[in-house]
Amino acid sequence: MPQLYAMRRARNTILMTLSVAATVVGLGWLVLVLGALLWNGFTSLSVQVFTEMTPPPGSAGGLLNPIVGSLMMTAIAVAIGTPVGILAGTYMAEYGKYTNLTMVVRFINDILLSAPSIVVGLFIYEVMVRPMGHFSGFAGAVALAVIVVPVVVRTTEDMLILVPKELREAATALGVPRSHVIAHVSYRAARAGIITGILLAIARISGETAPLLFTALNNQFFTLDMNAPMSSLPAVIFQFAMSPYHDWQNLAWAGALIITFAVLALSIAARSLAGRKVV
Amino acid sequence: MVDIPIQAGVVAAAEDISRAKSLSRLRSTDAIFRAMTLTAAIAVLLILGGVFVSLASGAAPALRTFGLRFLYTEVWNPVTDQFGAIAPIYGTLVTSFIAMLIAVPVGLLIAMFLTELCPMWLRRPIGIAIELLAGIPSIIYGIWGLFIFAPFLQRTLQPALIETFGNVPILSSLFAGPPYGIGMLTAGLILAIMVLPFITSISRDVFEATPPVLKEAAYGVGCTTWEVVRYVVVPFARVGVIGGVMLGLGRALGETMAVTFVIGNAHRVSASLLAPGTTISASIANEFTEAVGDLYTSALIALGLILFFITFIVLAIARYMLLRLERRLG
Repeated sequence: MPQLYAMRRARNTILMTLSVAATVVGLGWLVLVLGALLWNGFTSLSVQVFTEMTPPPGSAGGLLNPIVGSLMMTAIAVAIGTPVGILAGTYMAEYGKYTNLTMVVRFINDILLSAPSIVVGLFIYEVMVRPMGHFSGFAGAVALAVIVVPVVVRTTEDMLILVPKELREAATALGVPRSHVIAHVSYRAARAGIITGILLAIARISGETAPLLFTALNNQFFTLDMNAPMSSLPAVIFQFAMSPYHDWQNLAWAGALIITFAVLALSIAARSLAGRKVV
Repeated sequence: MVDIPIQAGVVAAAEDISRAKSLSRLRSTDAIFRAMTLTAAIAVLLILGGVFVSLASGAAPALRTFGLRFLYTEVWNPVTDQFGAIAPIYGTLVTSFIAMLIAVPVGLLIAMFLTELCPMWLRRPIGIAIELLAGIPSIIYGIWGLFIFAPFLQRTLQPALIETFGNVPILSSLFAGPPYGIGMLTAGLILAIMVLPFITSISRDVFEATPPVLKEAAYGVGCTTWEVVRYVVVPFARVGVIGGVMLGLGRALGETMAVTFVIGNAHRVSASLLAPGTTISASIANEFTEAVGDLYTSALIALGLILFFITFIVLAIARYMLLRLERRLG
């Protein structure tokens, strides 16, 4: 018997040590990635990055046009994707809570949530770029909107379900029609959660590269024309990092740092707004 | 004095009319709003359907030309318009396999640490850190892999592997060739770092869902922490863990940017993990905008269709598993 105890204790000690080691290694590895990013990013960051255009190889420049392009495409993607997402989430939580359609939509939505984003790029290429005959910032924005929708659907549904049904019943008992109950009671009660979902969706698309590569393509010049190819931070990072030019590689690091900060700021804002874990 | 009741009657009638009007207006806004939400919900289904239909129609020329041969031939020659998908499919599966081989045990061990060992005050910060890291865009991991991790592997791990296994049969072919830095192994390792936060945070959530009574009972009869995890927590959370792992696998299979930077983009199947290869998503990302000719484009879209199928199946299994766990928890 004592041997059995000793063996069990030993096994426990070994596995607990492994568990601590895994945590140290796992977190340490991630710290290494972030450390390298901060180091290389900050050494490449300067005011010019925000004020000048992308340079030809071998000369100095900045990332103004991709930053503006990313902001514009993100804004339009959110403008298209958010209403669809909120309405779909509303149907699932308010009207069709127990219907088969809701079950199917929820299942498909969850799959879309983690579907490979490059496939979304191919989809938009087929339905927009090919018929229009050219790449455009608008196609890029629609591709991003396709990624926004499932994130917003999921959070909206989750948050509306959390709204106590007594609130809806109280409003309905006063004779308030259903759409007004939803707009003035449910949405108001779930507002923080829904905004959280939108912030998470923005965080998600601000780093997306794959869907933009063959929808918005890239553009080395400044443009506000959504009907023309448009540069974006991730696409420029991809192009510059893969290039042999040192200036370009430095700009890629600076861009990577900007994106990471944006994503972290958005996720932290979303988290503190919700006050709890979502998605 | 006579007209007062008449007036009141008129006012009441007018009120009735305006009441009926606003009621019917409300009824129609109600119906419109409901129809809008229903349309949006159906739009979600249409997106997925649209993805499938557009990919299938885009892939049709290549699939018609090559038939099933597309799935198992290795040649990828844009000049002669000969395309086969086995190299990218092989690369996708191998890199994802390497990633899961590392990320699953490490992720589960971290989840065990977080739920059983970690002091209370540390749990929240580590948990939040892991969730934030899960949100970092993959291009960041890609650029790190290209500039820092690949050169590091080229100097250290890869020569060591070649030296150690160079004379061992079977293993020597796995680690053959010069240390390029980039290649399948590097891509697999980067993917492992990427999916680690996903697997960890889902496993932690399902571990935490184990009713404390069960664990307390096990501790009460003298189980060690490992025994509690092994015989109580894991069996209880099994479906959820499998779901989480499949979700991570789905991400690894479809991941584009982190892999594209370090895979080397070579369309060939080689036994050596150190050799450059390609994955489905990396091929598409690298070649799509440069693809001239309809057949070339179509072949790349056919690759996308294959990827869509594989990930759809994996993700569907993942969601089904997680759904089962949810149902059991009520």
